[in-house]
Amino acid sequence: MTIRGRAWKLGDGITTDHISPGRFFHLRSNLPELAKHCFADVKPEFAASVKAGDIVVGGQNFGLGSSREHAPIILKLTGVGAVLAKSYARIFFRNAINSGLPALIIDTDQIREGDELELNLATGQVKDLTTGVEMIAPPLPPVMRTIIGDGGLVEHIKKHGGLKLDG
Amino acid sequence: MGKTLAEKILGSRAGRDVQAGEFVIPTVDFAYAHDGTGPLTVQQMKAMGLEKIKDPARSAIFLDHASPSPRLEHSNDHKLLRAFCKRTGAILSDIGGGILHNVVSEKYAKPGDVIVGADSHSCTQGALSAFATGMGSTDVAVAMAFGYTWMRVPESFQVVLKGNLAKGVYTKDFILYFIGMIGANGATYKALEFLGPGTKNLSVAARATIANMAVECGAKAGLFPADEQTKLFLQEHGREKDYQELAPDPDATYERKFEFDLSRIEPVVACPHFVDNVKPIREVGEVKVHQVFIGTCTNGRLEDLHCAAQILKGRRVHPETRLIVALSSRKVYLDAMRDGTLQTLIEAGGIVAGPGCGPCVGVHEGVLADGEICVGTQNRNFEGRMGNPKGFIYLASPATAAATAIAGQLSDPREFL
Repeated sequence: MTIRGRAWKLGDGITTDHISPGRFFHLRSNLPELAKHCFADVKPEFAASVKAGDIVVGGQNFGLGSSREHAPIILKLTGVGAVLAKSYARIFFRNAINSGLPALIIDTDQIREGDELELNLATGQVKDLTTGVEMIAPPLPPVMRTIIGDGGLVEHIKKHGGLKLDG
Repeated sequence: MGKTLAEKILGSRAGRDVQAGEFVIPTVDFAYAHDGTGPLTVQQMKAMGLEKIKDPARSAIFLDHASPSPRLEHSNDHKLLRAFCKRTGAILSDIGGGILHNVVSEKYAKPGDVIVGADSHSCTQGALSAFATGMGSTDVAVAMAFGYTWMRVPESFQVVLKGNLAKGVYTKDFILYFIGMIGANGATYKALEFLGPGTKNLSVAARATIANMAVECGAKAGLFPADEQTKLFLQEHGREKDYQELAPDPDATYERKFEFDLSRIEPVVACPHFVDNVKPIREVGEVKVHQVFIGTCTNGRLEDLHCAAQILKGRRVHPETRLIVALSSRKVYLDAMRDGTLQTLIEAGGIVAGPGCGPCVGVHEGVLADGEICVGTQNRNFEGRMGNPKGFIYLASPATAAATAIAGQLSDPREFL
């Protein structure tokens, strides 16, 4: 499966408070409304401007902090096709996979704000069409490949009636 | 081959010997969520077509982040969660019951348990020698419905503690120092195991502060052995029968080893806006402080209130500083009321709120104004955390917080003892 879109470049240490700020958390049971405030304090123009298939590009420790699953969920709701980062906080990473939001580990230093990117999720290939740089992201662990392959944890459970995971 | 605490506990719940790096499906002894993450758990259970909870006596919802609710959206979420508990039989800890991790420690967690919570600070239960970790709402829905989850057995870091903390220095200072040293992603995916003679004189309350903050350096769990301190805590809470001794094997394999002399730790703060931005107080310089907050799952226990009260007794909060104390559980509320601690805090000029999370997550009970600085005993100081992206948060021990409230500026508690 291929994803193609604009890179939204962020730095290191993007927290789930950045992605889904606490002062809007009363909107948590209205996810489309909550999604309008995605990155409100980091990139205020993001929620209104992001297009389907765009890619969020972080640095180290993307998604650190709170376990709020709303963070990857609202990223997906804004239309984000995938997240790229040099490393992830573990709860966010697991939640992203559970939500069906592809999260790839890649050295993002060479990707710049606004670059056009193309991702091949099957092979892990990341192409920066603006600069010509190409990279390969390592595959997910088998358990996570199964979950995201089914479309996320909810879909996996509906399909199998429980966890059906082989290590 | 020798097992770490992580390998022992996960192995016992997976029904077989396990090693770090392996993928396992352990049974879950307790699964919980709060009013922030719970509504999504309920929604996802429904989306997955699951109606029943496997063991309602071992699943719980805590209304603590908005306690009592300050606006109608939270109130509607509370209504949804109360109905969920009524329908499924899950335990409901309603507003005023207390902060989820604190109540789980008091009433439910026991050594050897596997516990999952829809909150990143679920690792707090490691203080009771449970393998406890934070997950998302959907993962917790699966754990509640099926009584199991999937996990990768983490590698462990061995953290040996020696000596005793000096007067005016607390486990909060130690864990902040550790996080500052290792970095916010220095222990990602690992289990931290705190061992050694220095742990012997640390109560479960003191250990809970350390375990609670394991996630702030990326760790999956922060574990202590189960020993006399654990037994004492369980006895105090009418749960002596839940005690079992638990320790790693002497020949267990650790990926990294650390050793600290607790007597050399000094009071520190985590400066805005990251938990690993840690400095000794003496290096920070003059910081005028508008609000001091004492409470939370990190430092809201009776022992923490005693630390603060010891400094505040007979003194007054600075006229330009607000002191907010949010109690962490009904039991702590009653104990602090009976032993005079609440009186001390109030006579000093403190405001007592809760039980609940108070202003920690920016929902209510102390949102910061533009440019204001808060010194708090919580575990996170990210930008916007207390409800205003133009606020600044320093993390500290309860003693540092109390000293700061009196001085009106960031202060070393040792000057007040």
